[in-house]
Amino acid sequence: MKKQKFTHKLDLVNGKVEMVHGAGGKAMSQLIDQLFIDKFTNPILNQQNDQASLTLPGNKMVMATDNHVISPLFFPGGDIGSLSIHGTVNDVVMSGARPLYISCAFILEEGYPLSELAQIIDSMAAAAREANVSIVTGDTKVVEKGHGDGVFINTTGIGVLTDDIARGADKIKAGDKILVSGTLGDHGVAIMSLRENLTFDTTIESDSQSLDTLVASMVETVPEISCMRDPTRGGLAATMNEIAQQADVGIQLYEDAIPVKEQVKSACEFLGLDPLYVANEGKLVAFCPAGKAKQLLEVMRAHPQGQDAAIIGEVFEDTNNFVQLETSFGGMRMVDWINGEQLPRIC
Amino acid sequence: MKYVDEYRDGKMARHIAEKIRQSVKGDKSYHFMEFCGGHTHAIFRYGIPDLLPENVKMIHGPGCPVCILPIPRIDAAIELAEKHQVILCSYGDMMRVPGSRRRSLLKAKADGADIRMVYSCADALAIARGNPDKQVVFFAIGFETTTPPTALIIQQAQKQQVKNFSVFCNHVLTPSAISTILESPEVRDMGLVPLDGFIGPAHVSTVIGSQPYEYFAEEYQKPVVIAGFEPLDVLQAILMLVEQVNRGKAEVENEFTRAVTEQGNLKAKNLVADIFEMRAEFEWRGLGLVPYSGLRIKPEYGDYDAEKRFVLTASKGTDHKACECPKILRGVKTPKDCKLFGSKCTPENPIGSCMVSSEGACAAYYSYGRHQQKHKS
Amino acid sequence: MCLAIPVKVEQLLSDDMALVNIGGVKKEISVALIEDLAIGDYVIMHVGYALNKIDPQEAEHTLELFREMGVLEQVLSDHGVTP
Repeated sequence: MKKQKFTHKLDLVNGKVEMVHGAGGKAMSQLIDQLFIDKFTNPILNQQNDQASLTLPGNKMVMATDNHVISPLFFPGGDIGSLSIHGTVNDVVMSGARPLYISCAFILEEGYPLSELAQIIDSMAAAAREANVSIVTGDTKVVEKGHGDGVFINTTGIGVLTDDIARGADKIKAGDKILVSGTLGDHGVAIMSLRENLTFDTTIESDSQSLDTLVASMVETVPEISCMRDPTRGGLAATMNEIAQQADVGIQLYEDAIPVKEQVKSACEFLGLDPLYVANEGKLVAFCPAGKAKQLLEVMRAHPQGQDAAIIGEVFEDTNNFVQLETSFGGMRMVDWINGEQLPRIC
Repeated sequence: MKYVDEYRDGKMARHIAEKIRQSVKGDKSYHFMEFCGGHTHAIFRYGIPDLLPENVKMIHGPGCPVCILPIPRIDAAIELAEKHQVILCSYGDMMRVPGSRRRSLLKAKADGADIRMVYSCADALAIARGNPDKQVVFFAIGFETTTPPTALIIQQAQKQQVKNFSVFCNHVLTPSAISTILESPEVRDMGLVPLDGFIGPAHVSTVIGSQPYEYFAEEYQKPVVIAGFEPLDVLQAILMLVEQVNRGKAEVENEFTRAVTEQGNLKAKNLVADIFEMRAEFEWRGLGLVPYSGLRIKPEYGDYDAEKRFVLTASKGTDHKACECPKILRGVKTPKDCKLFGSKCTPENPIGSCMVSSEGACAAYYSYGRHQQKHKS
Repeated sequence: MCLAIPVKVEQLLSDDMALVNIGGVKKEISVALIEDLAIGDYVIMHVGYALNKIDPQEAEHTLELFREMGVLEQVLSDHGVTP
């Protein structure tokens, strides 16, 4: 494609997002060309059509979509850009599929510094390269100052199932074991700590990462995995309750088995939060038949993203769909749905 | 975490639970009230009821300042934000409490009111300094633990002449609440609430000391054991209460010796006495008017009193007719006794205050203890 | 309204503030309500304010009580005495 010519190069150092960048004219064309296409470059995107024509191997396609409205936009361990790619890749791979293509749509706020936007785009490009996905199509709109939070991103991802196994909550059976790929609560605490001015001896970073290679090694060795999900907003508790209801089962967890970093525990104490309800961005839970749990655990622990993996519970028959936790004392308590936004308790 | 983890040791918990089992007399039943909402929360969060013998029952008291705040006060806070257009700063716990017509601070915020959640009242003062052209009101609630910080910021506001700042004061006092429970007809005359002793609040006591409880122990002949906040503290306190009951004693004992002294924190107490005075009476949701149970800002600091600065309409908000919070707060009924519990009234859709605050008996029971009913179904 | 946690004082700052640490997490809080505070002291913190100092001897005393109970259990069970 012939490279477009513009009078001035886009000022990524001091420039700001302006209404014209969303107006469909030359300015928008320049933003797309010199920022998005430049950084995301791949044969499909470079064609610059309004749509992307894709060839998909196999015939079982998986699609997932996410909106990203995180604030602050930059945080220890990532930014809204890397988060958006990791999040959608993870949603796709939870089915066991191989992720291939991503679309990204931006809503930018007038006045947002282009230098920061460039950082976000760089982040997205790096995350996409790491996960071996191409960003093939997108859209940009600009809203007036005060009507956005800097940057909102929507990402939609497409992948293909490489084996013929359908996975999901409906495949879960009583007796299945539940595994988690690593420590919980890192992301939420990294974000909350910025808000509440907590500092750490060793920085707690968001765990935002793409889990595609971890999942690939898991399903290759243990194809009997019935279901996988990544616990994001609402934490492990939300995911467990969702699954219990969808699979019409009960879930039993063991407090001592659930991995949580010491500093995350301390930060949760400070803020009055329960680590089970705190968001993650780079972890997954997996359900598999009891006989396969040990093998699955070994596979996960052998992978760099699963070093802290653990077996944390099991599924049982329960029409109430309760999610219960055996505390370190041997007492039992419910791990209930979160009610509304988890507001840090003071009481 | 030092001073935390050691008091959560599961093995030790089982030892103490075993000791409780050995100490209880088979033919006796023991009913203890944990006054403080924080204890209610801890009891359920650590599954303590499962560790206790059948004849030891915990009754959940009204020590949850969120739960006992009456509807008219919540309406007034919403009015401050909506009608008077102040920046209203509130602790997170208050955001979802339903006032009249099921409105809450969170709903008012969604409707456009400038309501901000703060972790500390110092943040509210900072917001006032940062927004000199707006009125900023801090929605102060809490027992004696939370009152000294409020006193400090009023003092600071005056020193720094932060003219656009005021406090809407709803601080309440523990001893009067305990009196009210013990004086209630169900307890005193009708013997409907068998109350054999109290677990005294942890952090309130670090401020007021153990001395104020001696009146109750003596007047009502009920033992009081002040317990720390961790599950081992609670279990230990239950053991101490069982032993006192067995020996027919009614004394004030302190389990939380690492943080509670007889006199408490004199500096904090004096500061509170400087800034606040007692109201003759204050309405508690569920308990009605309780004498000498609430604080208001002294006239010398009247400039920082939101009730003086703004004219607030007195709303007549009343609770849902079927809501049993009043009886639950007094320990007369349990959450399961309420017709609305779990059906119309849930943490997502709270009708009464006991369900809103995560320390309220209903919320704690619903969120943590509901699995016990599975044994019935 | 009791959520309060024990924190260690790491640094004393101006204006009655201090930097405290629990389990590797640090925050600046007010110590205006405490007298005679020293670095290394533990305080109970509530809504960003230190309310009281923790007495390390009493803390150890309480833990000792718990431990004794455990020891007694073990001794009894070692000697085949069923509780």
